[in-house]
Amino acid sequence: MSSSFIVSREDWSLHRKGYQDQTRHQEKVKEAIKQNLPDLITDESIILSNGKKIIKVPIRSLDEYKFRFNYNKNKHVGQGDGESKVGDVLGQEPAPSGAGKGEGAGDQPGEDYFEVEIDMEELETMLFSQLELPYLKPKEKDLLKVTDIEFNDIRKKGIMSNIDKKRTILQNLKRNAATGQPGIHGISPDDLRFKTWDDITKPQSNALILAIMDTSGSMGSFEKYIARSFFFWMTRFLRKKYEHVEIIFIAHHTEAKEVTEEEFFTKGESGGTICSSAYKKALEIIESRYSPENYNIYPIHFSDGDNLTSDNERCTKLINQLLENCNMFGYGEVNQYNRSSTLMSAYRNIQHPTFRHCIIREKGEVYKALKNFFSKPEVG
Amino acid sequence: MNVEEMNQLENAIEEIVEIAKKFQLDFYPMRYEICPADIIYTFGAYGMPTRFSHWSFGKTFHKMKTQYDLGLSKIYELVINSNPCYAFLLDGNSLIQNKLIVAHVLAHCDFFKNNAHFSNTNRDMINSMSSTSERIHNYEYEHGTENVEKFIDAVLAIQEHVDPSLFRKYNHHQKNEPANIEKQSKGKTGFEDLWDLEQNQPSEESKKTKTPEKTEKKFPTKPEKDIMWFIEEHSPILEDWQRDILSMLREEMLYFWPQIQTKIMNEGWASYWHVRILREMDLTSAETIEFAKLNSSVVQPSQHTLNPYYLGLKIFEDIEKRFDREKIFEVREIDSDTSFIRNYLTKDLVEDLDLYIFEKQGREWKITDKTWENIRDQLVSSRTNGGFPYLVVKDGNYKNNGELYIKHEYEGLELDLKYTERTLPYLQQLWGKNVHLETKIEDKPVVFSFKDQKMQRRFL
Repeated sequence: MSSSFIVSREDWSLHRKGYQDQTRHQEKVKEAIKQNLPDLITDESIILSNGKKIIKVPIRSLDEYKFRFNYNKNKHVGQGDGESKVGDVLGQEPAPSGAGKGEGAGDQPGEDYFEVEIDMEELETMLFSQLELPYLKPKEKDLLKVTDIEFNDIRKKGIMSNIDKKRTILQNLKRNAATGQPGIHGISPDDLRFKTWDDITKPQSNALILAIMDTSGSMGSFEKYIARSFFFWMTRFLRKKYEHVEIIFIAHHTEAKEVTEEEFFTKGESGGTICSSAYKKALEIIESRYSPENYNIYPIHFSDGDNLTSDNERCTKLINQLLENCNMFGYGEVNQYNRSSTLMSAYRNIQHPTFRHCIIREKGEVYKALKNFFSKPEVG
Repeated sequence: MNVEEMNQLENAIEEIVEIAKKFQLDFYPMRYEICPADIIYTFGAYGMPTRFSHWSFGKTFHKMKTQYDLGLSKIYELVINSNPCYAFLLDGNSLIQNKLIVAHVLAHCDFFKNNAHFSNTNRDMINSMSSTSERIHNYEYEHGTENVEKFIDAVLAIQEHVDPSLFRKYNHHQKNEPANIEKQSKGKTGFEDLWDLEQNQPSEESKKTKTPEKTEKKFPTKPEKDIMWFIEEHSPILEDWQRDILSMLREEMLYFWPQIQTKIMNEGWASYWHVRILREMDLTSAETIEFAKLNSSVVQPSQHTLNPYYLGLKIFEDIEKRFDREKIFEVREIDSDTSFIRNYLTKDLVEDLDLYIFEKQGREWKITDKTWENIRDQLVSSRTNGGFPYLVVKDGNYKNNGELYIKHEYEGLELDLKYTERTLPYLQQLWGKNVHLETKIEDKPVVFSFKDQKMQRRFL
């Protein structure tokens, strides 16, 4: 009788398959994040998560696709508590952008977003690895030295707190082996090894970014969202990669004023658009506070391009003036519906090597704009 | 689990086995293995302790394990269709939990052993899967992990499309190939075509259009349900190692298929018996209460999705009431979920269980029908072909260009179009040439084509 079954309990601690494949899956998730960067960076959940260290991002590309039925278009059998009747509503589809899930839709396959947790730091590293300030020049007067230390040398003398245990033991092993008594024993002062550091100095130049945004009435919620996403990532990128960079925020409609960072990202205005006002303001600031001799200057302007037509010529002139004083001028136009006769049509004729422009038609193109403005000039 | 607890468990199992035998349950020798949670969840995600490695299993494992860690769900046991039969019990189960599980698992094993749909399954699959896993691992060394993974991604996308019919033995290099057509069409007795009538009744339309080209060789001669097999045999681009993987994964699917096909029955059968076996046991009052709690959590009805344990249990109990106990043994031997529901889900049962049909109207999910026949038929159709769309290879030489033409045998259920468009590239990766899939949208025939790396959709 007892031979018909066996009960056993083995040591499973070496069975790691589940964890190994889980790791592989996570690697794939990271790859997917990299591929989805353009979509991700305009994802509200990230932009709104300012400050959080770990953020959740939706990833789609890791579904296991197969031929299957459309859940939403087909009938299903369910079970009630004894009193169900035709016409009862079981649940509602969640509102398009709402976060909550409707009761009935909870168990449907539908859009299978896979939420992944990622370190903001890691995401930024991926994002910014290809970005840099172009045309950066050393500015003679204020050449700043960044000092950093790097442990990159080993010496026989040093402070006890900097002892290199691994190398000390290795040295001891070597010496003992040479004397015919292998093993770790009798560590003598001769064996001791110390880590030591070098000072490294990197010259870094001062840079000034003028973030200029159109806040006129014609900037709809999409346009503002795009412009702010761009500036959001721009400021994060600049502060992460450069130590000495100043950012001045200018908002304009028919007139321009310097605003705080918070106002820049939150306040909306209305009214018409005269872009030249912003450029004048920029020139004023440069003249009074930031001399081009000491600063690398980068004005970046975002607008929907809907400018007072009579103002366009003035704008072109002012940009040329700015270009003489600045390392680069960037103009980004948010133009969802491909309107013509915008500021861009006037700017197309500016043939200056350090004038960069870019049109954004959809959310996914913000990353393209970042890369367009903050990349090395193409050679040749 | 300490020695004393182990002894208690062994004594309990002995008693349970005794009772089960009295009830005429017929099972393989049992191997019970006590495992920690992460091991049980690994097996749950892979379907088998020895299965090959793939990130999709890792994804499932992670999901299941997280739910366990958060206390959202718990697997108490896992049982493998094999001889001897392996059952894995979660370390930390209480004695009464284990009693229920041991009884439940014995009935599963009886089902594996006696249900006709399992008759062709490989009872030594643990070892087969282990050697599959090893071979795939070796291919990774030979051809690169990434290449192997990419290939398996594609195979898994179509893995359900096998032909599990019990009476069709696949004879490689013989079936469904163009070379055989001439022989067949000439015929030896002149009556061979009669055999085809049942399976291949051409509709009026297709008769008309097809008559003129009757002499042309058709490939495959009959629509081929086993797409995995067809690709393995006829894809012009697969290398030997790829064919090998395809063939091994097809075997695994054929092994799992009867389980997919009998989910409701199998769980119903096991629940039916664990209740009856435990009733025969001498439980303390504390145990009785815990058992009642546990049992009700296993068979509790749930809204929106049917709990297979509950539905299966109720149908079996109803059959016993209307016929006798012998009848339920007969049913467990010959039926699968579709015939089980079609034959034994009665009007009374549908009303008693308060079943209904629901669908989406506008943005709301609404109950739209409570007619019992419709509910029964809806359930049957949702279980047909394991719940997967029924696809066949219609033409393996489409446009005379070696392209693959697949037809979805549409029966009123539409495909998920987004998924269709994402899956076709995998099919193309396996076939090497353009691939086409015919289905219906709003009752209009439509063909999806993945041509020259581009997706096209065209109404016929």
